[in-house]
Amino acid sequence: MKPKIELLPPAIENPRTRAMLLAALYIAQEQYGWLSPEAIQRVADRLKVSPGQVKSTASFYTMFKLEPRGKYHIQVCEGLSCYLVGGAEPIIDYVAKRLKINPGETTLDGKFSLEVVQCLAACDLAPALKVNDELYGHMTLEIIDALFSELAQSSSVERGA
Amino acid sequence: MNANQQSFEPVLTRNTHRPDSEKITTYLTHGGYQAVRLALTKSPDELIDMVKRSGLRGRGGAGFPAGVKWGFMPKDAPQKFVAVNTDEGEPGTFKDREIVERDPHQVIEGVVIAAYAVGASRAYVYIRGEFFLGVKRWIKAIADAYAHGFLGKNILGSGFDLDMSVHRGAGAYICGEETAMLESLEGKPGNPRAKPPYPTQVGLFSLPTLVHNIETLACIPHIIERGPEWFASIGTAESKGPKIYSVSGHVNQPGNYELPLGISLREIIYEHAGGIRGGRRLKAVIPGGASTPMLTADQIEIPMAFETLKAAGSELGTGAIIVMDETTCMVEAARRLAKFFAHESCGQCTPCRIGSVRLYELLDRIERGKGQPGDIELILETAQGIDGITFCPMGAALVNPARSAIRHFREEFEYHIINKHCIVG
Repeated sequence: MKPKIELLPPAIENPRTRAMLLAALYIAQEQYGWLSPEAIQRVADRLKVSPGQVKSTASFYTMFKLEPRGKYHIQVCEGLSCYLVGGAEPIIDYVAKRLKINPGETTLDGKFSLEVVQCLAACDLAPALKVNDELYGHMTLEIIDALFSELAQSSSVERGA
Repeated sequence: MNANQQSFEPVLTRNTHRPDSEKITTYLTHGGYQAVRLALTKSPDELIDMVKRSGLRGRGGAGFPAGVKWGFMPKDAPQKFVAVNTDEGEPGTFKDREIVERDPHQVIEGVVIAAYAVGASRAYVYIRGEFFLGVKRWIKAIADAYAHGFLGKNILGSGFDLDMSVHRGAGAYICGEETAMLESLEGKPGNPRAKPPYPTQVGLFSLPTLVHNIETLACIPHIIERGPEWFASIGTAESKGPKIYSVSGHVNQPGNYELPLGISLREIIYEHAGGIRGGRRLKAVIPGGASTPMLTADQIEIPMAFETLKAAGSELGTGAIIVMDETTCMVEAARRLAKFFAHESCGQCTPCRIGSVRLYELLDRIERGKGQPGDIELILETAQGIDGITFCPMGAALVNPARSAIRHFREEFEYHIINKHCIVG
């Protein structure tokens, strides 16, 4: 069973309750697909902190999404080590062209979104990218073609979950 | 090669090649959790003294002496914590990812020993949000350590209690800085705190907290088991013990290599990482992660040690070596690193927030052929206005790529500005 906001222990009057915020945001993001205003409000109610505090924390971290994203969220590294071995822009441009979207956008069918990210601490596997939580290394355009064909065919199975 | 390198035997990565190396059964089969048994028979002061004598210095970048930090923890505080930093984000660095994915029990054993020595009752692991496999490995390893009695109440019958849990970051480089990590553990944006007070006095939830990188903690069981003299026999005068070097960029065999501190960059690059790909010539090396100043090809005889790299105008940092061959445009290398820091500035203090973006814009326009005469001076002036006047060490870090690239390759920047394109074609 997937975690739900309602299952978090009720907030008590304790300054340490706020320490649950990042975990609660992950749960809300999983439950709602993204951190919608409703999700933010639910987290705030549950932890007894203001929605402003929740949003200020959520917006600080790149992995919390304040807008909807694709079912497959593609994150391509633009770090120096990836660039040095032919990664970064050539891969970002190729994925963007294939998906017909720019970085930061989601395909119309809601299946794919593309994000350019900083170093993934996978420089030994460069060029690297991630699909949702799963890391893929030694990327070439051929491997990307194969990966995307596989993802386009898959139906309800969530990778890396 | 000196004597201690010839006899060097990897300890931190000794199990990582084994199948199921992350499992507690593998760790126990190969001598794991023996050090904690030994440690619990000693007094906390004896352990602190052993770590001091070992000469162990922090592996997360700053290189602070670990035993001295343990000694800073107050004896009389009602509650104390250990915070375990797995927020590896320094570009070029991927050693902590390997440690947590392949041998997390070694770190847990180090945490139990450290917590016992400083009197902490609770340990919080902070792990980079992107390390999904790492999170899973941490959770499983901690559960197994509880099941075997290495965590929880009355550990191994000693009367010592320790609880430990895992907390995921969510994508912010700055949270690798210790006080930003504590803010994030408290559920806040990761804005670094002013120091002093240091975390050993005012840490998590304002209580004394011992913060260590996981490679530092992984060294602890070996120091206890083999003795501080063994540890101190490896390395140089001021840099002791084994080190995991992450090597990436233009080498034939990128990867993590566990070798002694004090080994030369040349030996790591050419004898371990397979040399430069395509037989090309080496041009520049970043020795300790993106925030450490780059060195040139004629500096690679330098031993990888805190004091020798400092003397050469750079730093050991995380020991992450990024190798660049003769085809690399140094303006582009500096531009790309400047973009990283501009993206990752937490925005709390002005010199870093504004300065990091200005540096990137200047490097970007030179790279795009829009550079103006005087841009090099403007970059150096901007760097001057950031370095040393920020809340946290990120200000000093973010000026290093541009400054060192200009120091060593100024003619390339000039060529770019005058000719509107790159010298390396």
